[in-house]
Amino acid sequence: MDFVSVALPALGDAASLILQPIVLGYLVLGVVMGLCIGVFPGLGGIAGLSLLLPFMFGMDPVLGLALMIGMVAVVPTSDTFASVLMGIPGSSASQATVLDGFPMAKKGEAARALSAAFASSLFGGLVGAAFLTVFILVARPIVLEFRTPELLMITIFGLSMVGILAGRVALKGIAAAGLGMMIGTIGEGDSAGELRMATYDMPYLVDGLKLVIVGLGIFAIPEIVALLRQDRAIADRKPLGGGWLSGVRDWFANIWLSVRCSIIGVVVGVIPGLGGSVVDWIAYGHSVQTTKDKSKFGSGEIRGVIGPESSNNAKEGGGLVPTLLFGIPGSGSMAIFIGAIALLGSGNIEVGPSMLKNNLDITYAIVWLLALANVVGTLICIAASGGIARLTTIPFALLAPFLFMIISFAAFQSGQDIMDLVALFAIGFLGIMMRRFDWSRPAFLIGFVLSNPAETYANQAVQIAQSRFRKGFDEGIDYIFSPIVIILVIITLISVVVGLRQAKTIMAEGAVESGSKRAPLIFLLVILGYLGIAFTNAAMIPDYAAADRVFPRFVAGVAIVACVILLVQMMLRAETHALFADRESSEAEMNAHGLWTTLAWFAALLLLTFLLGFILALALFLFAFIKFRAGRSYGFSALYTAAGIAFMCFMAGLLNRDFPPGLLQSYADLPWPLS
Amino acid sequence: MTETNTTRRVAMSLVAAAAATFATNVSAGGHGIDLEGKTVEWVIPFSETGGSAKWANFYAPLLSEALPGNPTVVVKFMPGAGSTKGANWFQEQEYDDGTLIFGSSGSTQFPYLLGDPRVRYEYSDWNVVLASGTGGVAYLPPDLAQKMDGLDASALRDTDFIYGSQGATRLDLVPLLAWEMLGLNVEPVFGIKGRGDGRLMFERGEANIDYQTSSSFLKGVTPLVEAGTAVPMMSWGALDADGNIVRDPTFPDMPTFKEICEATEGCETSGEQWDAWKAFFVAGFPAQKMVFLPAGASNDAMVTYTKAFEDIKARDDFADISAGRLGKYPQMTGAKADGALKSATQVPDAAKEFVVNWLSERYGVTLN
Repeated sequence: MDFVSVALPALGDAASLILQPIVLGYLVLGVVMGLCIGVFPGLGGIAGLSLLLPFMFGMDPVLGLALMIGMVAVVPTSDTFASVLMGIPGSSASQATVLDGFPMAKKGEAARALSAAFASSLFGGLVGAAFLTVFILVARPIVLEFRTPELLMITIFGLSMVGILAGRVALKGIAAAGLGMMIGTIGEGDSAGELRMATYDMPYLVDGLKLVIVGLGIFAIPEIVALLRQDRAIADRKPLGGGWLSGVRDWFANIWLSVRCSIIGVVVGVIPGLGGSVVDWIAYGHSVQTTKDKSKFGSGEIRGVIGPESSNNAKEGGGLVPTLLFGIPGSGSMAIFIGAIALLGSGNIEVGPSMLKNNLDITYAIVWLLALANVVGTLICIAASGGIARLTTIPFALLAPFLFMIISFAAFQSGQDIMDLVALFAIGFLGIMMRRFDWSRPAFLIGFVLSNPAETYANQAVQIAQSRFRKGFDEGIDYIFSPIVIILVIITLISVVVGLRQAKTIMAEGAVESGSKRAPLIFLLVILGYLGIAFTNAAMIPDYAAADRVFPRFVAGVAIVACVILLVQMMLRAETHALFADRESSEAEMNAHGLWTTLAWFAALLLLTFLLGFILALALFLFAFIKFRAGRSYGFSALYTAAGIAFMCFMAGLLNRDFPPGLLQSYADLPWPLS
Repeated sequence: MTETNTTRRVAMSLVAAAAATFATNVSAGGHGIDLEGKTVEWVIPFSETGGSAKWANFYAPLLSEALPGNPTVVVKFMPGAGSTKGANWFQEQEYDDGTLIFGSSGSTQFPYLLGDPRVRYEYSDWNVVLASGTGGVAYLPPDLAQKMDGLDASALRDTDFIYGSQGATRLDLVPLLAWEMLGLNVEPVFGIKGRGDGRLMFERGEANIDYQTSSSFLKGVTPLVEAGTAVPMMSWGALDADGNIVRDPTFPDMPTFKEICEATEGCETSGEQWDAWKAFFVAGFPAQKMVFLPAGASNDAMVTYTKAFEDIKARDDFADISAGRLGKYPQMTGAKADGALKSATQVPDAAKEFVVNWLSERYGVTLN
């Protein structure tokens, strides 16, 4: 009866909410932006949404949602261009597409691969939207029963996924997630306001690190730096070739694979925190397992494109489930999405159970927008494929400073503090090292994203439970072990066991060869050192603020144990073991530039910003980079710099933002945007 | 007794000054400043989601219309360390051409009053041009509200209350101390991000007592009251011209905490505890949000801004547009704002000492 009386009218209301020309206009705008973000390697949903975030304030909710959903939904469609044409994943969700999509492009079958991918993406996106619709209908009455212990269990369930992400060495995954959680606890504790790994002398740390910065630092920067080092000139552009229709026929011939992989995408998306980084690998693994003739995989098997592409669009629908229903982010970009929703309109839409209660029409508007954005995105991708494909022929050395500029600007939006750039650089460096030594970056980000909910819910559940137990034993037990909690515990246990068993076959970031012993050992010791300091720091929190002490101490303790076991293993094992994975050795022949010289460019930008302020530093950086690293003429470099600075000023002007000032600005009064 | 006197003296000065508003500030300056073609930056030391953002966004377009030369008024957010970061930053700014203003809130006032070591700002250096008041309402689930015998809350003493709190040193100090004075056994569950989370906890049945500021109550709790799942317990009240606590004009049908306290045995509306509560209530609610010009502002600038806010208040539609977004509370300018600033930032030492001791004994919070 709930279905007929509440849900159906809400579905209708939602449809009329979005079927207005202006809403559709914003949706298309979002889709176009998402296309660009997806095409550029290194940028994904996190970067895109964090650029949109400042515009959301006070925006009409439906318009803002149209913009954001349009962008998020289409990234997994458009990232296929880079994967197929360049052999570089356009975002983390289409890494597996590269394996068979790129060989197809080399054989002159790019159009066939792309059209099969778009058909799969569209189908997956629609499956995701349909699933979300049904799930909201079914789950709504259950979700409205959720209280703190249930929310805590959902969070723990998300954390348990670390097992599946860990790859070949499970302990590394646990240590990475633990490190992510510890980074998440930096700053003022939520319960008693004690500082963790921060001092009042550095106000920036007191508030903790922002997700935008950690997300961009851990994923975008390592990708950009890695690509920049390879300095691939993509001059050998091949024609897209014909065969658009044959790609669609390929998809139709494999429709059941597409259905299964879409369902995989939805299910993986639903799991809090897991997000897109593994879904394509799971789907790819499934495609390989279910194909009789496995010989063509890796050299241009169309099923290797259809599987991942079906799943990575479907996961957006799945990812919205925990996000909308519980207010627990389904992925890094969903965490930013939650923050953005709070800014919309007069700020009265709260993600979580209350949204299902009070804003059911808005909830369903999101579903409709998601479906619509997938359709629009696919149409644009096919219609404009020639033009978009040309974007991928830009040499990366020209693209990288631009991407880096956008990322810096996005990072700087979060705190409007020069320290944002320092933090971005520091986390970026950590990301580069984690990528190099094959420590799971998705596990790290899950830890970071779920750190705060895990701590808060745990503290609150314990405190409320204590009060209930004082009233009576039965009441306390009823509170902690509700049927929902028990079901969630069982699901979590199953997922840990299955995850660990499957982990060996899923390599979230591709295979990595082992190198020498020394470098991985040093990295482990540094991590262990930080965890040790963080543990000691947490242990020093006095008793009256014990609520802020328990969580970091526990997490750091677990992570330290994992690291120590790793250390012992490292001493015992030969250096060919997966423990000593080191990308520097496997990518050595591909890298045209050294790591440190590449990093020095960005360090120089940071240093110059401290001296001259962001805009002057950026101008120098862009000019010098294009002139010397990319080797272009003075005229071209000047033009590039002017365009970049104009773009920054346009964005900042739109938002009424100042840029970070440097030492120079404290002596001289300069006009905006130099001020 | 001294603290009572101080409170009363402050309130009296507030009234006396109000009468003199027009006579002194507005006419004294003469010409004022012209802001044509300029951009006024209004810095809010909170994020875009909070109540201060809503308040500033309500005023910003009106201020743009009312200032001479119709400058663009932009609201800038500088969140961090519970507003201490933004306030410390503002302390370092010097008056330039009147294009910088700052909006503070109760969360800026309380750390200042309690001597938080992070506070490096000094209210008396700044120049107040507007003070906006608000109120607060505590509410209960219906089954517990039934236990109250009229205004007498003593029947609630055997209940274990759970309250979702942002921290005992924040504005939550006012409700926590009030409930303690009534003899209620309220256990705060810390770690919520905003009062909205507290309400959600109440809605989920995990918290069984809560309070919201007036605008949040109107928006978030009124639907619950209509649905029968929440019953208002009391408002904090409002200050009349003599500094007495009277019924909140936004909620005239609700008893104030003072009335409940008087009707409940063991709760005193005089003495050290009451004076401390009242002092912090006065600091936190009747002048919760203020607009400042930086240190060294010229008299011309003060006159210009005061006049602008007075013009806004004098708009024919001000009552209509403000009631829904700010509630029916005084929007004070001129000497009245000065008085409000004093009452909000000069808490008697005895009251401060009492609260600091209470915080450390009851919650183990030390501020140094």
